[in-house]
Order: sequence, then structure tokens, then C-alpha cells
Amino acid sequence: MQHIPQVAYRKTVAMVALCVLLAIVAIAAISFGSISIAPGRVFEVLFGLDPRDQTDFARDALVITQIRFPRMLLGAAVGAALAASGAVMQGLFRNPLADPGLIGVSSGAGFAAALAIVLGGQLLPASVNKLPFEILPIAAFVGALTATFMLYVVASRGGRTSMAIMLLAGIAFAALAGAGTGWLSYISDDRQLRDLTFWSMGSLGGATWSKVWVVVPMVLPTLIAIPLLAHGLNAMALGEAEAYHLGVNVNRLKIGAILLVSVAVGAAVACSGLIGFVGIIVPHVLRLSVGANYRFLLPASALLGAALLVGADICARTIVSPSELPIGIIMATIGAPFFIWLLLRRSPEFAI
Amino acid sequence: MTEMIAVHDLTYQIGPKKLLEQISFSAKSGEVLAIVGPNGAGKSTLLRMLSGEARPSEGTILIGGEKLEAVPQRQLAARRAVMLQNSRVAFPFTGFEVVRLGAEGVGIGLSRRDRDQLALAALASADAAEFAERSFLTLSGGEQQRVSFARALAQLAAGQTLEPDQILMLDEPIASLDIRHQLALLEHARALAQSGRVLVIVVLHDLALAHSFADRTLVLQDGKLATIATTDAPLSRDLIEKIFEVSIVAEHCHGTPWRPLGGAQRSAAIGNHARVSASA
Repeated sequence: MQHIPQVAYRKTVAMVALCVLLAIVAIAAISFGSISIAPGRVFEVLFGLDPRDQTDFARDALVITQIRFPRMLLGAAVGAALAASGAVMQGLFRNPLADPGLIGVSSGAGFAAALAIVLGGQLLPASVNKLPFEILPIAAFVGALTATFMLYVVASRGGRTSMAIMLLAGIAFAALAGAGTGWLSYISDDRQLRDLTFWSMGSLGGATWSKVWVVVPMVLPTLIAIPLLAHGLNAMALGEAEAYHLGVNVNRLKIGAILLVSVAVGAAVACSGLIGFVGIIVPHVLRLSVGANYRFLLPASALLGAALLVGADICARTIVSPSELPIGIIMATIGAPFFIWLLLRRSPEFAI
Repeated sequence: MTEMIAVHDLTYQIGPKKLLEQISFSAKSGEVLAIVGPNGAGKSTLLRMLSGEARPSEGTILIGGEKLEAVPQRQLAARRAVMLQNSRVAFPFTGFEVVRLGAEGVGIGLSRRDRDQLALAALASADAAEFAERSFLTLSGGEQQRVSFARALAQLAAGQTLEPDQILMLDEPIASLDIRHQLALLEHARALAQSGRVLVIVVLHDLALAHSFADRTLVLQDGKLATIATTDAPLSRDLIEKIFEVSIVAEHCHGTPWRPLGGAQRSAAIGNHARVSASA
């Protein structure tokens, strides 16, 4: 009877370790960059302490509060949203390879954003069109919700949602959205094409407090609500019928999970473009190291996802400094080989 | 002895095909009820109706005196536990975590510690304690079946305070088990029934086992209830030959075939019943 306390102990240690990791990465993200700022000064600025050294203090304070701190917060929110959403989707589809991109949420968001970039100038009144940065997130979010709603309509019959059909419909919608985006890039001019390309590669560049105030209020309540799904998702791992037998309201679980994922992913895609693989890598690494229990997996995924994306953003900003790479490229460079490695391992859970 | 399940004129139809037709029976707590029949007779479908997973096209099912569809889901989960064949778990959950899931949804009023203890006790009583820390995915089919049985036991134990009279539904629970564990599982189910507060409904392939462990045996054929055999009125040889389309050539060392056996004789029954050959 010794193993229960041991498991609990291991999970507590893992949670503390993840919090520490996120804190370290966050401080690093604020101090690294084209201007290097000592971690001591980061603390001084963030907590309003008296500076020990006045050299460049005003400049550093400006860089920290106006550029790096909001960017770090945005990266953490997006990473947490993508990783936790990935974990939820995998539980819902009972498939460790599922990802928010898979059910077409990201594609729907991407298509709507492309629409806003290319046709926004002609279709929207000039007064609205002066705010391109504000339009893009809203369009992407509406696109994500529309895609999810259409998927749900296709996959549901008589109050029951077929996950297999939803998965296949997701692939079809992703292809359709890709085709639509292709058409749009064909008719777009050079500047629009450039916007489109960079947005679709994903970037945390251009993070501002106004973006943070749009995204964080959407992501934070979702992250707080997602752990309520833990028992249902655990039961779903045994199978849909088994979850029903255990007393889980399966249809309510599905609708709740899909809505929460749409909000989180829509908000994330809206402000940072298409960033892949976070939702696959993070939950999988955690399952390997500390187990599959969703009570632990969901909060841990949010923490590790935040740390991963903030870390990847440090790479994106420093590798070709003072210029920067799209973070989507960094994540795909790490993520795609990891994904292939997962497939090569052929662990028993991939018996699809 | 409460009447735990009452089925009246149950019909289940998909398109023009009637998978189940005009089935009526009832059963009380303290009983072991077996369901047998050839492949495709509707055994698992009937169990899906009884568990509430699928709704009948016509007819009613009363569970604990209430209409099945009117019982709130959590209460239903406290009233009956179900073990399906071939549970597949999607992620590397340990045996302990799988069993504890049985206690979690139902045992919402219990402390975390109590639920853990219930799960451990269930694992031990299903002879699956050694799988507590192993990933369910790495277990063999029979080992998985023992863990799944433990999960159903944990669910019953957790629901006991809410629902004193319960039903345990088992769909071919012994298909992948070795003989020792087949008998252990059925003896366990039998003992639960003998406590007087649990009705056990078990789908079996093995007529001899059904006969030795069940008080009554529902025999399904093409979606219809062909007959209900009891310990006093066992299945006749003619009926078995007709329903299962076999000719029985074996001689049975206990005299008449399908006679009820004592516990010590049950293992012998396994060797003896099966010598039947399919008729051309």
C-alpha cells in the first residue's frame, strides 16, 4: 500500500519543478535579447525596487515594461492554451496524436485571418480598417468558433457526437481552409502576401499590452475551467461506453471540451498565428514522465506549454539577433522530428 | 430480495432489422442471471439496453423499480456497474488508476483516501494487486480483464452507500482468463449475489459454466428469448442442439448434462462440457 503516497509525492515534486522552470524561463526571456539586461535589474524593474546602478535604467525599464514583459506574458498564455487544449483534445479523441490543429480549429482561424488581411481593406468600412491588428485576432477567433460549430453540425446526429467523423471532417475542413487561403494568396498584392506568410508562420512579435489584455482574459478563465474536465477525460480514456457507465455525461463533456478548446485556441491563434506541435509534445512528455491522470496532466501541460513557448521565443529572438525568426518555424523544427520519433517508438498506445 | 430489473416487451430495431424482439423477464437482487446464445443472438445488445447505453425502440426497462431513462446518470452509476469485453485504454494509466476511476465518479461523497482504499481492496479481491503500478496498456488480455473486473467491483463498493441494492453486469468477463481465474471471477460474482443485495447479470459463452454458476439462464436465439433455464429445469439436449446448431456427442461424467454442480466439481465441468462438434 505504499505506492499511493509515492505517486502523489512525485506529482507534487513535478508541479513544483514545472513552476520553477517557468519562472526561470520567464526571467531569462525578459533579460535576454538584442539588449542584454541583468536578471537583478529585471527584479528591480518588475517589483519597483530602488536601482543599485542608474546606468541606462530608464531605457531598460522601458524595454522591460513595454516590450519584453507583455511579450513573455503573451507567449506564456499562448503556450499554456495550446498545450492544455492539446491534452483535452487527445482525451476527447482517445488518441495521443490529436492536436487542436487536427479538428480544424486552427485552420478555420487561419482562413478567417487571411480573409481579414486580404479582403479587409475592401469589405470593411475605412474607420474599422485603420485597426488591422485588432481586426486580425477578432477574425481568427470568429473563424475558430465557426469551424468548430460546423464540425459539430457535421459530426452530430441525434445528440450524439461521433469522434471518428469529427476527426475526418476536421481533415476535410483543414483542406478546405487551406484551399481558401491559397485562393486568397493568389489574389493578394505583395504587401498582403508578406503579411499572410509571416502570420501563418506564427510569431509573438508585436506583442503589446493591448494584445495581452485581449488574450489573457480569454485564456485564463479557460485554463481555470479546463481542470473541471479531468474526471470525465480520465473516464473517456477507458472508452465512451465505459465513461457513460461510470456516470459521466459524455455529450456534455464533449460540448464543454470543444467550446473551451475553441476559445483558448482561437485566442492563441489570433494573436500569434499558427504555432504547431506544442499541443502534441507537451502532454506526451508529461505522460511519459509522470503518468496519464488528467487531474495532474491538465495543469502540468499548461505550465510546461507556457515554459516551452517562452523558451522557444527566446531562441526565435536571439538566433538571428537583432532580427528575429517566426516562432512557428522554431516549434516545427523541434516538433516535427519529435513527432516522427513518437511514431517510430510505436508504444502500445498508438494502436489506432 | 428486491426486484432489481424488470424488462417488458423490449424490442430494439435498427432499420428493418429487429436485433431484439419482445423480450420480457425480471430478476431480483441475490440472483445470478446468465445470458447465453449463439453468436449474433443479441446477448451484448441486450446488456447494452440493460445498462442504459442504448435505448430500446419499444418496451420498458425498470431498474430498481424506476424507469431506466428517468434515473439520473450518477445515481444509475451507483446502482449498477458494467464490465464490457476488451476494454481498451487510450493512455498509459496504471492498473490502480483504472480501478480508482470506478470509485471516483460515484464516490464523490467519499474522501480521497477512502476512494484509494476502495480501489486497492478491489484490486486485491480480483487478484490483480500485482498490476497496480503497471501500465494497463502493457498487460495481457486476461490481466486487463482482471483489472476491469476490479474496476467494476470498486464502482459497486463506492456506490453502496447511495444504493444498497445493486446490479453487476458482466459481458463475457472470462473470455481471456485462464481456468483458475475464470472460476475465481465467477465465484466472486456468485459470492456478491449471495450477500443478497447484488444482482449479477453475466453474458457467457460457456453453457456448462452458465448452468453451474447462474440461478437462471436466459437463452437468446435470433433476438428472441428462446427459453429461461433454471437449476431445476436445465436446458434439454434437444434445445441445445436446435439453438446452437450442434450435435452433442460427448458423454458427461456427472450423469445428465447441465446438472448443477458443487464448487469442487465446477472445475471438472469445464473439461467435460465442451466436447460437442458442429453438425454440417
